[in-house]
Amino acid sequence: MKAFTYERAHDPVAAARAVAARPGARFIAGGTNLLDLMKIEVETPVHLVDVQDLKLDRIEPTDAGGLRIGALVTNTDLAADARVRRDYGVLTRAIVAGASGQLRNKATTAGNLLQRTRCAYFYDTNMPCNKRKPGSGCAAIGGVSRQLAVIGSSDKCIATHPSDMAVAMRVLDATVETVNAAGETRAIPIADFHRLPGDTPHIETALAPGELITAVTLPKPIGGRHVYEKVRDRASYAFALVSVAAVIQPDGTGRVALGGVAHKPWRDAAAEAELPRGARAVTAKLLAGAKPTHDNAFKLPLAERTLAAAMAEVRTTA
Amino acid sequence: MPNMPEPVVSRRGVLAGGAATAVVAASPANAARVGERPAADPAPVKVSFKVNGERRDLALDARTTLLDALREHLHLTGTKKGCDHGQCGACTVLVDGVRINSCLSLAVMHEGDDVTTVEGLGTPEKLHPLQAAFVKHDGYQCGYCTPGQICSAVGVLDEIKRGVPSHVQGDIAASPAFSNIEVRERMSGNICRCGAYSNIAEAIADVAGGKA
Repeated sequence: MKAFTYERAHDPVAAARAVAARPGARFIAGGTNLLDLMKIEVETPVHLVDVQDLKLDRIEPTDAGGLRIGALVTNTDLAADARVRRDYGVLTRAIVAGASGQLRNKATTAGNLLQRTRCAYFYDTNMPCNKRKPGSGCAAIGGVSRQLAVIGSSDKCIATHPSDMAVAMRVLDATVETVNAAGETRAIPIADFHRLPGDTPHIETALAPGELITAVTLPKPIGGRHVYEKVRDRASYAFALVSVAAVIQPDGTGRVALGGVAHKPWRDAAAEAELPRGARAVTAKLLAGAKPTHDNAFKLPLAERTLAAAMAEVRTTA
Repeated sequence: MPNMPEPVVSRRGVLAGGAATAVVAASPANAARVGERPAADPAPVKVSFKVNGERRDLALDARTTLLDALREHLHLTGTKKGCDHGQCGACTVLVDGVRINSCLSLAVMHEGDDVTTVEGLGTPEKLHPLQAAFVKHDGYQCGYCTPGQICSAVGVLDEIKRGVPSHVQGDIAASPAFSNIEVRERMSGNICRCGAYSNIAEAIADVAGGKA
């Protein structure tokens, strides 16, 4: 691990100022992904600003009838919240489908959104990776790509976003609230928060340098049946090959987003309008234009079948 | 195991020697970073936290993980280093009663915290119920993952008691109930390469009063 200096911030604007003032500085909260990457020198911050004292660890109702989830609420506490379990079940389901109990106890809401891809070539510093070292190339293209993206990728990067939680946040139309060093706040719809790789796969989110996530808000509950169906190589503690977050209403309409297929949670309004016609109709539209590799072409039929399984679960347990 | 003689060559010494031969040259770091990096040997950072009820004051390189602080600075070698990347669970400890991977947490971030390691759960004369149950049910083979398994199991039983939901629950809004499948899901962050999982699950069930 490269040496760094460390400070503990006491209010959000001061934290943003501390990071904005020093190129190469980073926020640290749970640290479960950042420290992992620092150990192998994929991440090499020169300064860490510890945000654990910022009092952003509460879940509160909003005036709009939704919930404001503090950036530092742990994955465990968010999944266990009675309001989330009752009104936003897809979010609890998604969180408990990810990582391990130990990691969920430490990982935060904002950190979960900001975690980096688990593409093996991003982790291997002996390999070219445009995300890790812009302009160096992509060893995943033409490499072992079973886990990687089938849609929304570019000729620079075929990484996937690893989060389960983010897929549920996408289907719930969450909003990411931030503050910057000047004290200015903004609200970013989750749909616009994660970026596609394009020519700049190293720029993963809409955040400006030094901009700090303070909360994620959920709109008022939309009812319906909430499901999160995840397919992975073992029964627990593995990243998704394909996952489906869905909220299905009694009339068969609803919302659906896919995880494990792209650089961000994958959702499309025209595709989910096909829900009453069945899984095949939805995924035909949702994955139109997919460019799978030889290794991961299986994800296209798998996405359809996983959605069909999610819809069957809704029907059989209604 | 109160009557066991002190070994002449400690397990720790053997492991440390073995690990040294496995050290490989660090790969070149990202050259693209800007900003001033502190010296390779930066000034130590002071931190105080409780370990097994006793206040410990340390001055550490900020890079020191909680795991390395426990093992290398406080010489509490019960907590094990397996993968050092949060994948195996051998380093699991309880911080303020909650289980975490001590390898993925900086020691300096634990100012004022209350850390419990396997050494703080019981003593050879008076084992913690989970320690006794692991012995009774033979919940290990080589034993390397065992301290992490036991600390994790303490956390799991508390999480079920507090109603923390899990992936295998039918009704996510309901309170979880103890079962073999619940334990296996909740313990999935603790790997046992000897494959003692069945006996580990039985040991935990014994303490929980449930059936494995």
